Amino acid sequence: MTTLLIAEHDHETLKDATNKALTAASQLGGAVHVLVAGGGQGTKAAAEAASKLAGVTKVLVAEGPAYEHDLAEPLAALIVALAGGYDAFVAPATSRFKNVMPRVAALLDVMQVSEIIKVVAPDTFERPIYAGNAIQTVKSKDAKKVITVRTSTFAAAGEGGSAAIENAASAADPGLSTFVGEEVAKSDRPELTSAKIIVSGGRAMQSRENFAKYIEPLADKLGAGVGASRAAVDAGYAPNDWQVGQTGKVVAPELYVAVGISGAIQHLAGMKDSKVIVAINKDEDAPIFQVADYGLVADLYQAVPELTDALGKLGK
Amino acid sequence: MKVLVPVKRVVDYNVKVRVKSDGTGVELANVKMSMNPFDEIAVEEALRLKEAGKATEVVVVSIGPAQASETIRTGLAMGADRGILVKAEGNVEPLAVAKILKAVVEAEQPGLVILGKQAIDDDSNQTGQMLAALLGWSQATFASKLEVEGSDFKVTREVDGGLQTIKLKGPAIVTTDLRLNEPRYASLPNIMKAKKKPIDDKSVADYGVDVTPRLEVLKTAEPAGRKAGVKVKDVAELVNKLKTEAGVL
Repeated sequence: MTTLLIAEHDHETLKDATNKALTAASQLGGAVHVLVAGGGQGTKAAAEAASKLAGVTKVLVAEGPAYEHDLAEPLAALIVALAGGYDAFVAPATSRFKNVMPRVAALLDVMQVSEIIKVVAPDTFERPIYAGNAIQTVKSKDAKKVITVRTSTFAAAGEGGSAAIENAASAADPGLSTFVGEEVAKSDRPELTSAKIIVSGGRAMQSRENFAKYIEPLADKLGAGVGASRAAVDAGYAPNDWQVGQTGKVVAPELYVAVGISGAIQHLAGMKDSKVIVAINKDEDAPIFQVADYGLVADLYQAVPELTDALGKLGK
Repeated sequence: MKVLVPVKRVVDYNVKVRVKSDGTGVELANVKMSMNPFDEIAVEEALRLKEAGKATEVVVVSIGPAQASETIRTGLAMGADRGILVKAEGNVEPLAVAKILKAVVEAEQPGLVILGKQAIDDDSNQTGQMLAALLGWSQATFASKLEVEGSDFKVTREVDGGLQTIKLKGPAIVTTDLRLNEPRYASLPNIMKAKKKPIDDKSVADYGVDVTPRLEVLKTAEPAGRKAGVKVKDVAELVNKLKTEAGVL
């Protein structure tokens, strides 16, 4: 059996989500080939990085304008064109592949297994349902498997391979959608899904200015990524790509600091696998304290600057 | 332009579900059921298109047990024009739902189908994309803004790095994200009016779709629990614990 792993990258560098999905792909037991589809010169660099990953035996590159902006239709058409040679299709559950993989699955007449957290057997997987309040074990009866991987639960595969790089057979662009523009936040902070430390703010932050004044300096002191609860994003205190939770990003950093977040089940679904959870909230009955390793009942407007200062004194 | 909005009856988002002790699923007896929240956003968006004169008719469709007609009534009370109930017992997977919806689309000929991006019960996030694939239509998932441009659409999507705007050739599939709109509440007069709106009764057999599940559910279990830790008295103690006990600083 051979598995095709579709790589996550930003058209320049390979993303850590690929390494994590590779760990899941390798557990299926067959050879793993990686498809790197992108636009521009950076695609080659990403493909070279993929060829060095441990356990990868071949890298396929598809470079062209149709793949430059992650549109679903041409990428799905490409994967389907390659499908004959593969028994399983694996991709990290990033927004790009949440968009593309179900389209691939339907074209192959396969029921996708979404956001697996464990490979039990090559055809059997664990996946969370009901915002992670239940874990389902499912066995796929389809001949081909289409799988997305919740990256927060798999370790990243390391380097150690030297796979051959080939050009992928091309597929026609269905031409159904076109790219108009994007607003991508440029930040020096680590990305949420790969950050070792995350500081998140909730509704109690009260404004975007307070995020900048309280949350961001603490995050920067820790070298952390910045997250937010849905309530904070809905209220406009934080951009949508900061949202952690059932319908936002699912994270599992070494340290998660929840500031002014009450802890709705939908938020807990996105962060409860973090190694250490710190909660700062002035409501001592807030549900967040039921999952926090360290809880501080305090006014965040005093405690957060104090914490930022204390870390400064530690040489952070 | 007609707009079709598929809606799903799910456990209300405020309910904390309990796993059955025999591991066969989650407890659904006597649990409050509601329209999937992302589908409410889809209905709202369709209604706004109609109110803006961009859509002529809003049709809600649900695939599920007889009680899914209540979910359709919710959509009708919000303002949709009519409903279609495709009766189906047991678990109907996203792929089968997409196949049934394809048949509904072929019969209804909408210019746009708006769906929720995911149902909050199975969290699959598949149906819209699958429907687009089966119809050979364009797709825009996770929409936070939708504009009609003739028979085409301009959609802003919530993606990992921020926002992306794309143009879709119509007819098209759009799935909703949280920031697309805030759904209205149905007023009492509209709830009364909705009782008179037509719901077309169909069954899976009418569409000739095989709904045999492809995924066999072997077990449903509680997630590994997480115990509450300790409360610290001040910032100094917190920093000390993080440094010496947790070792994360």
